Amino acid sequence: MSFKDKLLSSYIALEDYLEFDSPLHDVRNNAIKIFEQKGFPTKRDEAWKYTSLNSLLKPDYCIYSNKERNVELKNVRKYFLHEIDTYKLVFVDGVYNSFLSETTHDSLDVCLMSAALNKSKYKPVIEAYFNKAAKSDSLTSLNTAFTKEGAYIHIPAHKEVEKPIEIINFSTGNEAAMFLQPRNLIVVGENAHVQIIERHQSLSSNEVLTNSVTEIFAEKRAYVDYYKIQNDEPTASLIDNTYVSQQRDTVCRVHTFAFGGKLVRNNLNFFQNGEHCDSTLKGITILEGKQHTDHNTLVHHIAPNCESHQDYKGLFAEASTGVFNGKIIVEKDAQKIDAFQQNNNILIDDKATINAKPQLEIFADDVKCSHGCTIGQFDEDALFYLRSRGIGIKEARALLMYAFANTVLESVKIPELKVRINKLIANKIGVSLGFEL
Amino acid sequence: MLKIKDLHAGLEGKDILQGINLEVKAGEVHAIMGPNGSGKSTLASVVAGKEEFDVTRGYITFENEDISELDPEERAHKGIFLSFQYPVEIPGVSVTNFIKTAINETRKSKGKEDMPASEMLKMIKEKADMLEIDRKFLSRSLNEGFSGGEKKRNEIFQMAMMEPKLAILDETDSGLDIDALKIVANGVNKLKSKDNAVIVITHYQRLLDYIVPDFVHVLMNGKIVKSGSKELAYELEEKGYDWIKEELV
Repeated sequence: MSFKDKLLSSYIALEDYLEFDSPLHDVRNNAIKIFEQKGFPTKRDEAWKYTSLNSLLKPDYCIYSNKERNVELKNVRKYFLHEIDTYKLVFVDGVYNSFLSETTHDSLDVCLMSAALNKSKYKPVIEAYFNKAAKSDSLTSLNTAFTKEGAYIHIPAHKEVEKPIEIINFSTGNEAAMFLQPRNLIVVGENAHVQIIERHQSLSSNEVLTNSVTEIFAEKRAYVDYYKIQNDEPTASLIDNTYVSQQRDTVCRVHTFAFGGKLVRNNLNFFQNGEHCDSTLKGITILEGKQHTDHNTLVHHIAPNCESHQDYKGLFAEASTGVFNGKIIVEKDAQKIDAFQQNNNILIDDKATINAKPQLEIFADDVKCSHGCTIGQFDEDALFYLRSRGIGIKEARALLMYAFANTVLESVKIPELKVRINKLIANKIGVSLGFEL
Repeated sequence: MLKIKDLHAGLEGKDILQGINLEVKAGEVHAIMGPNGSGKSTLASVVAGKEEFDVTRGYITFENEDISELDPEERAHKGIFLSFQYPVEIPGVSVTNFIKTAINETRKSKGKEDMPASEMLKMIKEKADMLEIDRKFLSRSLNEGFSGGEKKRNEIFQMAMMEPKLAILDETDSGLDIDALKIVANGVNKLKSKDNAVIVITHYQRLLDYIVPDFVHVLMNGKIVKSGSKELAYELEEKGYDWIKEELV
C-alpha cells in the first residue's frame, strides 16, 4: 500500500471519531478530497522542480502515536531557550506534554489546538480564522484533513506579551518511523505584540517526516516576530507551510534558521491585506553532507503603500543542496509598493548546489520592486586580508561566514536567542571565535 | 631582516616581477616608487604571501629563514605586516573584535595565552589616541562604509596594535588629505625603532616628507632599476620617470 493510500484509509478511520455537526467536518472532508486528487507533489510540479519527496514517502510511517511519551527534562533542556522565562507548548510525537509545557489562559490564550477545536468558547475564533489563510495545495490540505493537535495562541487586542512563546515538537522515534502533522493557529489582536520561537527536534535516529501548517493572523497594528529554528537530525525531514495574513499597519517578521535535517522545505506565504503593512522574511541556511533545504517564499501585495523585505543567506558545504524560490506578486491595486528581495549564496565545496529562482509578477504600475541574487565562492582578497593579520584560514573563513550572515542575524530581537544562534553557527562551521557578534 | 633574491613572480605563467633584489635591515626605511603597473603592489602581496601569485624563481628570507613557502598567517606571526591599498569590508565584525582576534591568533601561534582583556583595552585606547581615532569608530564594522582616509587610518591602527617587525605600507597615502597624512605618518614614526623596518610603497614624494626614507628604489617593469637616497624621490617628483627609462636605454 502506498503512503497516500495508507493516509486515505486512516482518514476514514479518523472520521468515525469526529463530530458530524462540527464546523470543521466539511473543511476536513474537502481537504482530504483535494489531497486524494492531487496526491504528493512531484518534480513535474513547477514549485517542486528541485525538491523530490520520493525517498521520504517510502518508510512505513506510524501516523498516530497513541501513547503519551515520557521525555526527561534534563535530556531536552538544551532545546529550550532556558536562559529566559518563556511560555512553552511542547509536543512529543504529536501529543501534548503538560510536564514540559507552560501554558496560560491569563489574559491571553497559549494553549492547545485540540482544546480549541472541542470547546465551545473557542468556536467563534476557530470559525473566523481556521484554514482561512491556508492555501489548498495538497500538503496543506493533508494537514487540514488530519488536524488534531498543535499550538493555539490568541493574543487579545492591545496585549503586549511580556515573554516569548516557544512551540517545540519532539519526536522520540519509539515507533519505527513517525509522520507528524502539527497544526498551529495564531491570532494576534489589534495593536498586540508577540514573539514566537518554533522548533522541530528529533530525539532519535529513526526516520521522521513532519508536515506542519501554521496560520498567523495579524489584526491591524499588530506586531508579530516569529523565529524558526531548524537544526534537526540527519534522519528528520520537515515540510513547513506557514501562512501570514496581515491587516493594515501590521509588522510581521519571520526569521528561518535552516541548519539541517535531511530534507527541509519551507513554504512561507505572506498576504498583505491592508495598507501600510511591513513584512520581513529573512533566513540563514548552513548545510553540509547531503542535506537539502528549499525555501519557497511568497509575498502577495494586495493592498497599496506596503513594504516587504526578503534577505536569505546560504552557505553550502560538501554535497548539500539549497533552493531559493522567491515569488512576489503585486496586484493591480497595490500601488506605491516597495518590495525588496535579496538572496546570496556561497558554495564552499565543489559538489554543493544552489538553485535560485526569483519570480516577480507585477500588475501595478507605480511600484518599487528590486531583487538581487548572487552565487559565489569565498572572496579570495578578503581571505588574504584576514590571513595577513595572522588569522588562520579556518578562522578567516568563519569570520567571513559570520560577516556574510550578519545582515540576517542583526535583526534578531531576542538577545538570548541571538547568542544561541551564534553558537549554533559556530558549531555548524566548526570554529568558535572569541566574541559574540 | 628581509632579503629578496632574484625574485620572479606572477600570475598564470606571466611574470610581473622579473628579478627583484632587495635587502632591508632592521632600523631602515625603504621607499619603493614607480609608475602604475610596474609591480609595486605585486611585490607587497608576494612578500605577505598572497597565494594567487606563483613564485617562479628566486626566494625571500626573513630573519635568515626562507619564507617563500609560508602561508600568509605564518608570515604575519613572524612579524610581517601589510597595510592594504584597498582594505576589505567585513560587515558584522567590529574593529575591536577583529583586532582582538588577530592579536590572540598571533599569540596562540607562539604558544601564548590570550592577551588579558584589560591589557588589550589599555593598548587599544593608547594606540587609538595616538592616531586620533574616535572610540566610536572602534565599535563600527570593519571598514564597512569607511571613507578612504578612515580605512587607511584603520590599517595603521592595526599595525600599531600588531607591532610588526616589518611593515609594508602599500599606497597608504592615497585617499588621505594632508592632515590625515600627517597623523598617519606621525603614527608610523612613533612605531619606528632600531629593531623594526618599514617599506613605503608610493607614487608620490609627499608622504616621504613625513616618513623619511633611508633608501629610495625605482621599480619598473618588475625590476628595481635605480636605487638612491631620499634625494631620488625629489628628482622623480620633479622629472617623472621618463629620464630613468632613457638612462636605461
